[in-house]
Amino acid sequence: MVEINKTKPVIVVRNLKKSFGSFAAVDDISFEVDKGICFGILGPNGAGKTSTIRMIYGFSPITSGDIFVFGLDIKKHYRKIKACIGVCQQDNTLDPDLTVIQNFEVFARYFDLDKKTAIERASSLLRFFALEQRCKARVTELSGGMVRRLVIARALINQPELLILDEPTTGLDPQSRHQVWEKLENLKKQGITILLTTHYMDEAARLCDKLVIMDHGKILAQGSPQSLISEYTGENIIEIAEPEDELRAFSREKKARQEDLGHRLIIYAENGHELYREICGRFTHKSCILRSATLEDVFLKLTGRELRE
Amino acid sequence: MNFNISSRFIRIWQRNLTVYKENWKVNFLPPLLEPFFYLLAFGIGFSGMIGGLIYASQEVSYVQFIAPSLVAINIMYNSFFENTFGSFVRMYYQKTFDAMMATPLNAEEIITGEIIWGATKAVIGTAIMLVVISFFGLVSYPAGILIIFAAFLGGIAFSSLAMLFTSIVARIELFNLPTFLLITPMFLFSGTFFPLTGLPFWAQKLAFLLPLTHLVNLVRALSFGLFNAEALIGFCYLVIFCLIMFPIAIFKMHRRLIK
Repeated sequence: MVEINKTKPVIVVRNLKKSFGSFAAVDDISFEVDKGICFGILGPNGAGKTSTIRMIYGFSPITSGDIFVFGLDIKKHYRKIKACIGVCQQDNTLDPDLTVIQNFEVFARYFDLDKKTAIERASSLLRFFALEQRCKARVTELSGGMVRRLVIARALINQPELLILDEPTTGLDPQSRHQVWEKLENLKKQGITILLTTHYMDEAARLCDKLVIMDHGKILAQGSPQSLISEYTGENIIEIAEPEDELRAFSREKKARQEDLGHRLIIYAENGHELYREICGRFTHKSCILRSATLEDVFLKLTGRELRE
Repeated sequence: MNFNISSRFIRIWQRNLTVYKENWKVNFLPPLLEPFFYLLAFGIGFSGMIGGLIYASQEVSYVQFIAPSLVAINIMYNSFFENTFGSFVRMYYQKTFDAMMATPLNAEEIITGEIIWGATKAVIGTAIMLVVISFFGLVSYPAGILIIFAAFLGGIAFSSLAMLFTSIVARIELFNLPTFLLITPMFLFSGTFFPLTGLPFWAQKLAFLLPLTHLVNLVRALSFGLFNAEALIGFCYLVIFCLIMFPIAIFKMHRRLIK
């Protein structure tokens, strides 16, 4: 009898690869997710985020490498693992043929839960996600934000130890996004381990304790949001619109880490205040700003600025 | 792939039953009204022109001849359309299968549940139709009860065939192809509205290959209370058809669902 291991890392991914024909969607990645944290997988569209988590929740077969969830091998024990995780896919997978409460009842049956348990858990989840008023509504009548909250609520019906979310707030308005974030933070406080993918940096910065940045199927960097910022960009960013050549020369002279985008010059600085004052003093410039570096700067620096797809 | 089908497939069946019960009033109408319409049209309108014909060396009325065909056609329609259009909508538009695959269920169980459900829908429709046509004295009992089992067998056959098409088509409109090239010819040329002996020899041979021909033969024999060679051949054909088509359908759907 295999048992769920509660002390080891919740997820261990080792040398994971996923190929579709000759295309490597996930190309030899390794990472670990500790219990009780929120772990983010960041990357532009097509980076391999969804392919990665699909293998973790046992949807896609692994091309090579290993995944252990709760210490169990996903290849052998997918049923046991899937019984203890909650998954929110990118698409709305609510059942439009059913009402809100029926969605819970039917979904609970997939986990072999009886009707009484299903109804009890559903009502407390609906309350937690502020949806109890819509219990009898058809899911097609709900707004985008409600749908997303409902998908997350439904994924919790089996009281999972691990919640996997694929782009949980894509397409939501700011109010709904903040509400989803708040609920996820609450869930984390309750001890649930969360694995999420996103391409929103503010989302990752707010929710994730640790994250990996992926592109073209590979992991480019991993760490906490703050450690990534200090490692890759430094504390401050100076952004100058329409820089003149003298300014470019000056900046090169200063040996500042910089990125020249033509109409915009971005300087990564450890202690930017001095440099900023110097630039403003020597060059009368219409638009020169000093700001704190964010995860978005790290992301763009690592994955480049060209458009995807 | 290895087939790993546990009894959990019942969960998918239950899901479809829950939805069916939500709309039971609409779902009950076609099998209830359709035989009425057909029997009225053919019984009153048509039989004046045709009179009777010979089936299994006995003189039977035209209505007696086509009543079992209507049951068989209903089995084919129910299961075929449930697992083409119905399953495709659940798979492609509603992402119902994706949601299921994030739970302890696997793809094989999902497809098995869908096919068993398609057959169940055929059984429900058949039961309702039997009640109606029995009022006209068109079914001989107790053998007629076995038509329910024939409906399940025929249902599995047509549901598996339907699932195979669902595993192939790129767009829902493409289901029109098997419908008009396979289902409609079967509806007309499977010994449904006239005995196959009325066709040229080559066409009879061709009709003998079609699953509906055998389902019609089986249901017709049972509704007359006969256990003849045609019924036995029909039964065997359908069993073999299911044994081949069901695993193929699961295999092909597995390839489509798992990426």
